[in-house]
Amino acid sequence: MAASTARLLDNARDGRAMSYVIAIMLFLTVLSAAMGLATRNAAGALERAIAGRLTVQLTSGAPDARAALAARLAARLRATPGVTRVAPVSRAALADLLRPWLGAEANDADLPLPAMIDVDLADTAPATLARVTAAVRGVAPAARIDAHASWMASVAGMLSFATWLGLGLVALMATATATVVVVAARAGLDAHRATIEVMHMLGATDVQIARLFQRRIARDALVGGVAGGAAALATVALIGARASGLGSELLGGAGLGAGAWLMLALLPLVFALLAMLAARIAVTRALGRIL
Amino acid sequence: MANIVQFENVGLRYGTGQETLSDISFTLASGAFYFLTGASGAGKTSLLRLLYLAQRPSRGIIRLFGEDAVTMPRSRLPGFRRRIGVVFQDFRLIPHLSIADNIALPLRVAGVPEADVAGPVSEMLAWVGLGDRGGARPATLSGGEQQRVAIARAVIGRPEILVADEPTGNVDPEMAERLLLLFDSLNRLGTTVLVATHDLHLLNRVSEAQMMRLDRGRLQDPTGLLRNPPARRD
Repeated sequence: MAASTARLLDNARDGRAMSYVIAIMLFLTVLSAAMGLATRNAAGALERAIAGRLTVQLTSGAPDARAALAARLAARLRATPGVTRVAPVSRAALADLLRPWLGAEANDADLPLPAMIDVDLADTAPATLARVTAAVRGVAPAARIDAHASWMASVAGMLSFATWLGLGLVALMATATATVVVVAARAGLDAHRATIEVMHMLGATDVQIARLFQRRIARDALVGGVAGGAAALATVALIGARASGLGSELLGGAGLGAGAWLMLALLPLVFALLAMLAARIAVTRALGRIL
Repeated sequence: MANIVQFENVGLRYGTGQETLSDISFTLASGAFYFLTGASGAGKTSLLRLLYLAQRPSRGIIRLFGEDAVTMPRSRLPGFRRRIGVVFQDFRLIPHLSIADNIALPLRVAGVPEADVAGPVSEMLAWVGLGDRGGARPATLSGGEQQRVAIARAVIGRPEILVADEPTGNVDPEMAERLLLLFDSLNRLGTTVLVATHDLHLLNRVSEAQMMRLDRGRLQDPTGLLRNPPARRD
C-alpha cells in the first residue's frame, strides 16, 4: 500500500502518549549509556595511569641517613632495566599532602616523614616487578614497596561495576521500550479493530496492516526519542562541563570522545528501529490469531 | 456454466452452543443473481460470513472459485477476499477518510499504482451518483448515500462475487430500489450477486433472480434448484 493509506489509522484517537513515554525512556537510556561510557573511559584512564607505577617508602633511620639511602636507592633504580622514571618525592610535596590534616604543623622540620620515591615501570610483567623489588631490597632491605595497582584495584572494580550497571540499564530500558511498544500496538489494534476488519475483508494482508502500525509507532518513537535524547545529551554535556571544572584527574578521564557522543546520538534511531520491529511482531502475531 | 461457490453439508457452531447453520448445501452459478431471505436470526449473516471468508465452518465443505476454502491456508485468504466484494448493512466506511479514499481502498490494498486509482474512483462515484461528493467525509452523507459509497467500494476491484448483507436495511424504500438497480446493473456485467434481505418486496424487482431461504439455520430447497442452478441469464 502506498503512503496514501498512511491516514488509515485515525491520528486523533491515539494522542501522543507513546511519544512522551519514549522521550522519558530515551532520556534515561542516554544518561545510563553516558554513565557507562564515561566510567569505562575513567577506568581505562585510571588503568593507564596506575599500571606499572609503584612507590618505595623508607621509614627507618635518622632523617639524614634516610635521605642518603633514598639517594642511593634512586640511583640504583635508575640503573635498573625496565624502570622508565624515578622521581623522589620532595619533603615539600609530602608536607602539601599532609597539610589538610596537620595544618601548619605539616611544615615542621622535626616532623618525621618517610622518604618516598615514585617509580614508573616500562611494563607490568611480574619479571620486571621482581627485578625492581630485588634492586630495592639490595640497597634498602626494610623499604616498603607499594604497587599502585593493588590499592587502586577496588576503585577500578567499582568503575567496572558502574560501567556494567550503565550497560545493564540500557538493556533494561530497551526491554521496557519494546514492552511499551507491544502494549501500545495491541491497544492500537483494539482501537482500530473496525478499520482492520474492513481491511481484512478487502483483502489486506497481515503485513500490509502491520506496516500501518509499525510506521506510526516508528514515527512516534523517533519524535519522542529525538526529544528525550537531545535533552539527555544536553544534560550530559552540562555534567561534563561541570566535572571538568573540578579539575579531578579521575573525572577528567571520564570525558566522552567523539565516538561515544555519536553512539549516544544514534540511540534514538536505534530505539525507533527497535520500536518498529516490536510493533511489527506484536501486530502480525495478534492478527495471526484472527482469520 | 461454472459454479463459482459450492457449500456441501456445511455446519457452523459458535462455541459449544447449538449449530447456527446446519447441513447447508447449495451452489451459486457464475453470473447469476440470488436473494437470501429469512427471518432475523435465521443465520443469513453467518452464512454470508462463511462466504466472504470471515469465518471458517465447523464442518462441511466450501469450495470457492473451484478451491477448498475450508482447509485453505490463512496466507491465501487475502487473495481470495479480493475476488469477493462485500456490502455491509452498517456500511463500515472508514470515518476519517474521504469518500473517494474509502472507495479507492480495495485498489490500494491490491497494490494498484496511485496514478491508476483516480480514474476508476471517479467512475465509481459517478456510477453511484455521488460524482461531486468525493472529498466529503462519510458522516456528512445520508444513509442511502453511505450505502452507495459502500457498494462502490465493494465493486471497484471488479470482484467476481458481490455479497450484500441487508444493504437496504437502513434506507427508505425508494433508495432501496435504487440500490437494487445498481446490483442488477452490476450483475448484467457478469458479477455473481448474492443479496441477503428480509424485505420480501424487493424479491420481484430483479427478474430471474433466485431465492434462497434460511429457516432457523437450515436452507430450504424443496425443488433442488439450489444444488443444480439454472443457466445464467442474458
